[in-house]
Amino acid sequence: MPEPTPLPTPTSNAVGQSAIRADALPKVNGDFDYASDLAAEGMLWGHTLRSPHPKARIRSIDTAAAEAMAGVAAVLTAADVPGKRTYGLIEDDQPVLADTMANYQGEPVAIIAATDLDTARRAADAITVDYEVLEPLCDPAEAVRRGEYFRHQPLQVGDPDTATAAVVVAREYVVGMQDQAPLGPESGLALPRPDGGVDLRVATQWLHSDQEQIAPCLGLKESQVHLEMAGIGGAFGAREDLSVQVHMAMLALATDKPVKMMYDRAESFLGHVHRHPARMRYEHGADAEGRLVYVRAQIVLDGGAYASTTDAVVGNAASLAVGPYEVEHVAVEAWGTRTNNPPCGAMRGFGGVQTCFAYESQMDALAEELGLDPLEIRRRNAMHQGSKLITGQVVQEPGIDVPNENAPFSPLVDLLDRFAAIPAPAIPAGRDIIELPGGTGNTTHGEGVVRGVGYGVGLKNVCYSEGFDDFSTARIRLELVDGEPVAYVHTAAAEVGQGHQTIQAQIVRTELGIDRVELLPVDTKVGSAGSSSASRQSYMTGGAVKAASEAVRELWATHDLADGPIEATREFRHRPTKPMDPVTGQGDSHVQLALCVHRATVDVDIELGLVKVVDLTCVQDVGKILNPIALEGQIHGASAQGLGLAVMEEMIVDAGVVKNASFTDYLIPTILDMPPMRLEIVENADPAAPYGLRGAGEPPTLSSTPAIVAAIRDATGLALTHVPVRPEHLTRHLVRQP
Amino acid sequence: MELKLHIDGENVTAQIDRPGESLLQTLRDRLGRTGSKNACEQGECGSCTVLLDGDPVCACLVPTAGCEGRDVKTVVGAVPKPVRDAFVACGAVQCGFCTPGLLVSVADLLAREDDPSDPQIREALAGNLCRCTGYEKIIDAVHHAAEASR
Repeated sequence: MPEPTPLPTPTSNAVGQSAIRADALPKVNGDFDYASDLAAEGMLWGHTLRSPHPKARIRSIDTAAAEAMAGVAAVLTAADVPGKRTYGLIEDDQPVLADTMANYQGEPVAIIAATDLDTARRAADAITVDYEVLEPLCDPAEAVRRGEYFRHQPLQVGDPDTATAAVVVAREYVVGMQDQAPLGPESGLALPRPDGGVDLRVATQWLHSDQEQIAPCLGLKESQVHLEMAGIGGAFGAREDLSVQVHMAMLALATDKPVKMMYDRAESFLGHVHRHPARMRYEHGADAEGRLVYVRAQIVLDGGAYASTTDAVVGNAASLAVGPYEVEHVAVEAWGTRTNNPPCGAMRGFGGVQTCFAYESQMDALAEELGLDPLEIRRRNAMHQGSKLITGQVVQEPGIDVPNENAPFSPLVDLLDRFAAIPAPAIPAGRDIIELPGGTGNTTHGEGVVRGVGYGVGLKNVCYSEGFDDFSTARIRLELVDGEPVAYVHTAAAEVGQGHQTIQAQIVRTELGIDRVELLPVDTKVGSAGSSSASRQSYMTGGAVKAASEAVRELWATHDLADGPIEATREFRHRPTKPMDPVTGQGDSHVQLALCVHRATVDVDIELGLVKVVDLTCVQDVGKILNPIALEGQIHGASAQGLGLAVMEEMIVDAGVVKNASFTDYLIPTILDMPPMRLEIVENADPAAPYGLRGAGEPPTLSSTPAIVAAIRDATGLALTHVPVRPEHLTRHLVRQP
Repeated sequence: MELKLHIDGENVTAQIDRPGESLLQTLRDRLGRTGSKNACEQGECGSCTVLLDGDPVCACLVPTAGCEGRDVKTVVGAVPKPVRDAFVACGAVQCGFCTPGLLVSVADLLAREDDPSDPQIREALAGNLCRCTGYEKIIDAVHHAAEASR
């Protein structure tokens, strides 16, 4: 037997280094193909006619005029759906095209293929739909009363009725409807195949889930629907549900031509789900030292017209309802309602964001009642090693060699204590007006401007919860190219911008000790990778790539690559979880927990109600840093989306109708809105996870919002129970005397 | 109508059939030059920023019919290599959809100001939305690009 070749080590870009992302070069050169850049010879353009009404019966649809137009190749309605009429991520309830009822404004009613987009749009205008407009159900509280909900999840620990508290704070909180607003519009290209199937090139977060949902609607077998990932211009949850997929496939099959679909910005706002708006009533009782005695919470999340992922969002909201704090007596009720508002589903933070704003606001309210420092009240209640979540799940936070029975390690206190070394910035002398609220609007020279500082803590579950059989697949082939070992990595994991593909390559380099790693196209020719969501891809597909690399390494030890390539495919699973009990909410439901703390410093013009966030400092436990530069980018970006929710981002929905479906009217943070950020990244490893990592992409989205609002409260003394905080929330107490 | 344009150093003839067609539509849909991106087509996001006779504009707001004989520089022709390299090296690119427009705006800024301060950078890039990065790495990249270009 020949002596096995000793394993070399990679010269660079192993796990832990700031490897440069492979797609950065084509992206800066303008030749990276996003889904909206795709084209094919002889292709048609698809377009969607949508219901203008939040609720209407469809009496008839007359497509004759549209079909007669020059350049129109197909006009299809619900009657033309070749297979199953509905799809859905969890529940199978969303019509491919509305049949007898339209249940939200923007629901697809008909689809058109034409030689160009203008013609397709004109054809949509030429379709006559006879609607019987009906009264929409838009009030989530009314939906709860009528029993119109996708899920009701109660949770009970101890008995708040028996608890006595020295101080009680009870408030109602409102979280507006936030949009993911990825810059890349929903787009894709469908290519009919000679065998009657269809090839789809789309920007999606989960290829295999798309395939499972698309094929039955087309009346095709999954093997006849092949998906390949197109370049993704951001996702943040907006690409979890189907958008253009079934429609463009139907049009391609009906016309036997390639069909491209691409939403414009207004259609994008109507064509994907949003973050659930929430109304939450919280009551916290604490003893005289500020230790929580009981929490009661009623959480109503509006799921809108169709189920999407509301079921799982409600599970997160209920299980994380009090945050990372110990409480003996808890009673939670969480609903995900069914209304005629826009459908809501996945957005970064996924049910954790809404409750985080409420419970952190409550912690501050208690601290104020008791005259305690906001950090101190959080320390006194912080969960620690061996604590139980309100679901009964025991917190196992490893990383400490010598457990101390008397003072068990608290991962939260560890993070909170680190702020002492990073003081909030002082007010600089002689500020330029550009640094003040209002900026170049020249609205103040400092008069009426008050500074405030606030903290927010977020607790987020990583990976899918509640017993879901979550897995990811990786295939790795190692072969000699020009005498050098090269690894070819094949997964179906979506690169949404987070840098996951770079992480894959770093893992392979580390495990195989080689320099050259090639990533194969992301498609359905390999097993599922699950979704790029729930902060799970480093854990799950990272875990699969690591496992496949280890398998290849083992084979390589006794195999000379000169004799041929080595290949291994591995599925990776995290430890199993359990469902939540439908009555008590108890259950070991989460895979991994991740903590993040923000401190915000704001200047508020209390006369005009203008807010400028001047500093955001973030301390986050990520278990293990895989790629510092990519990780920092995730924390910055997540913090910015939390800032958006705190002070500007809200879809205004009036009687079921969206009022601001544009970037003119729906504001996302600009470079002038984002403050400089300071990060302290902590590595308390989780030995159950690959390399000890913790999912990192979502937690900062939770904590930055309450930190900023706490800072505005500190500056203004106002209660501020609604996000986003609007100027009128800050000025409506300034009543002009007659 | 037929128009002659000078795009990224090449003489290009474009056939358009609608007077209201935007320069962005002409670049992307007529000429297959998809480097400039279409995120809002309302002049709010800056993803389609190009230099028109040297001035930064949102190509989605410029009618092609008014561009006869004019010079258009997109991300392909407007951005010096040190600027592109800095965006790559500093982690200023995530999904990258805003990147072409941002790069053109940065190129324009650095042509006017060889060592911009943070407030100058923020003001110059205020018309370019990015949803991924929180802008920190973009500011780092502009400083690096400025240093490398001096």
